[in-house]
Amino acid sequence: MDLSPLWLTLGLAGVTSVVLLIVGTPLAWWLAHTRSRFKAMVEAVTALPLVLPPTVLGFYLLLLLSPTSTIGSFWLSITGTTLTFSFTGLVIASMLYSLPFMVQPLQGAFEAVGREPLEAAAMSGASPWDAFFTVASPMALRGYVSAIVLTFAHTVGEFGIVLMVGGNIPGQTRVVSIAIYEHVETLDYASAHLWSAGMLVFSFVVLLMVYVLNGRFPVGVR
Amino acid sequence: MGKPSTLDVDITLSRSDFELVVQHAFDLEGVTALFGPSGSGKTSLLRVIAGLETSATGRVQFRQEIWQDEVSHAVVPSHARAVGYVFQDGRLFPHLSVSGNLAYALKRSHQSARSQSPVTWNGVVSALDLDPLLSRKPGTLSGGERQRVALGRAVMRAPRLLLLDEPLSALDLRRKQEILPYLERLTDAFSIPALYVTHAIDEVARIANRIVVLQDGRIAAHGAVGEVFDRLDLGPVTEAFDAGSILEATVASHDPEYHLTELEFRGQCISIPQSNLPVGTQVRLRVRARDVSLALQRPQDLTVRNIIAGHLVDISIDPNSALAETLIDVGGVHLRARITRRSASELGLSPGRAVFALIKSVSLDGTGPVSR
Repeated sequence: MDLSPLWLTLGLAGVTSVVLLIVGTPLAWWLAHTRSRFKAMVEAVTALPLVLPPTVLGFYLLLLLSPTSTIGSFWLSITGTTLTFSFTGLVIASMLYSLPFMVQPLQGAFEAVGREPLEAAAMSGASPWDAFFTVASPMALRGYVSAIVLTFAHTVGEFGIVLMVGGNIPGQTRVVSIAIYEHVETLDYASAHLWSAGMLVFSFVVLLMVYVLNGRFPVGVR
Repeated sequence: MGKPSTLDVDITLSRSDFELVVQHAFDLEGVTALFGPSGSGKTSLLRVIAGLETSATGRVQFRQEIWQDEVSHAVVPSHARAVGYVFQDGRLFPHLSVSGNLAYALKRSHQSARSQSPVTWNGVVSALDLDPLLSRKPGTLSGGERQRVALGRAVMRAPRLLLLDEPLSALDLRRKQEILPYLERLTDAFSIPALYVTHAIDEVARIANRIVVLQDGRIAAHGAVGEVFDRLDLGPVTEAFDAGSILEATVASHDPEYHLTELEFRGQCISIPQSNLPVGTQVRLRVRARDVSLALQRPQDLTVRNIIAGHLVDISIDPNSALAETLIDVGGVHLRARITRRSASELGLSPGRAVFALIKSVSLDGTGPVSR
């Protein structure tokens, strides 16, 4: 049996989670602490992937990343590869698609920590960076765990946007969800059953983990 | 401005419903109480000094260090100002143990500050009896223990100024009594000047040398604690805090039979319930103005034990009130008495009259001299 869709899916979800953690943390921090009048607008844009059909997002991304667009042609000129129908393109698409799953739990956790512990850290001599790493982040640990697990799981479960931006190239863009679609189309129900059952078990275990951790984490944010 | 031993503040903080305008040179010696009703701007002023209110404009200078200056746009960020801050609610880091909280501040203290300061880990831990708490998590501490740890964390940084924001207000009276001695010990042992925000007069009487009274975002009065308490013109400000006098007396003798301690006060005697202080100890007494009555002759056959001879130096009569505030001189020290306006007029009280002050109740507020 060809296991490449599994490795591709895990790789895509892993890379997306890591990059999105790096990008999403400052965004969530800003949203949690800003008094800017643009806050509501940024929050709405961040939440868009929750309500938009993946095909809409995929369609625009396809236009944006295609070799004839500014970004796509620039990418092509420096790497010699296209962004569409490639792993890199999938990562970019997944990041947009999973953005709210990273940002919203983190924003909630940072808001729950509040300004007070940060002031206490400053009064103990900690610079803002120091306070972020030694006080805010440990206190928001539960939010980080939720955000990473949900982002990973959500990326594993995406389908429409992958099909739009990445197509169905074995070993490059054929993730598990696409593989199932392919098996059903070719009436290979045995393989479809196997992959589908695997996804079901995986998703259930992940969600169970999130809920168990939420009830049990030692660092409570009060 | 800019005297070496002062904290010069000249700031404005504007909010939609409140404006704080303070121009004052705080003496950096001992404890200065920032006193006033809630909403008067005490905490805001403390936060401006700490650099936590970034919208404040004006100037803050600590000794020769400029912490904030509008003209030169210099701002020292809050974490770089060498202050120790105790928040009303402690704000211990919940993810660290007690020793982790203390170490957090210790690690971030400047080497130069540390070398000039008497603050050491062991010194702070033993002054606050923190040893039994070190391995505990903040969530398992009582309110009093939490504030003790918060005090320890603030001092551990070897600060050059302690800012205390009603550190005892969340505690009940018994816990308060437990912590006050630690607070006194701390300011003495490490000789760090402190600004102490409070609205409790007993705390002021007990630990402060000087007092700055705030009202509606402005300074209404300032000076030595005894002096400010004697001022009758602060009626509306001091009303809320139980006006009274702070007196200094010396333990003269103990009467074990009746469980009384006799105190010498300006050549006269005040007795209080027996205390275990040795003879010769200087004590601070607080006498509330409403616990003092006046008589023109020394009364006989009375259950009130403490009768002090003096003469009236000032009387303040508000025609819209039933009460009159009076000030009695006793050998150079002033005692406040609140009597009815009618008594004042029937007794013909006017400055210069010899009177006897009948003191119904006295509280012992600590030991050591009152700064005047």
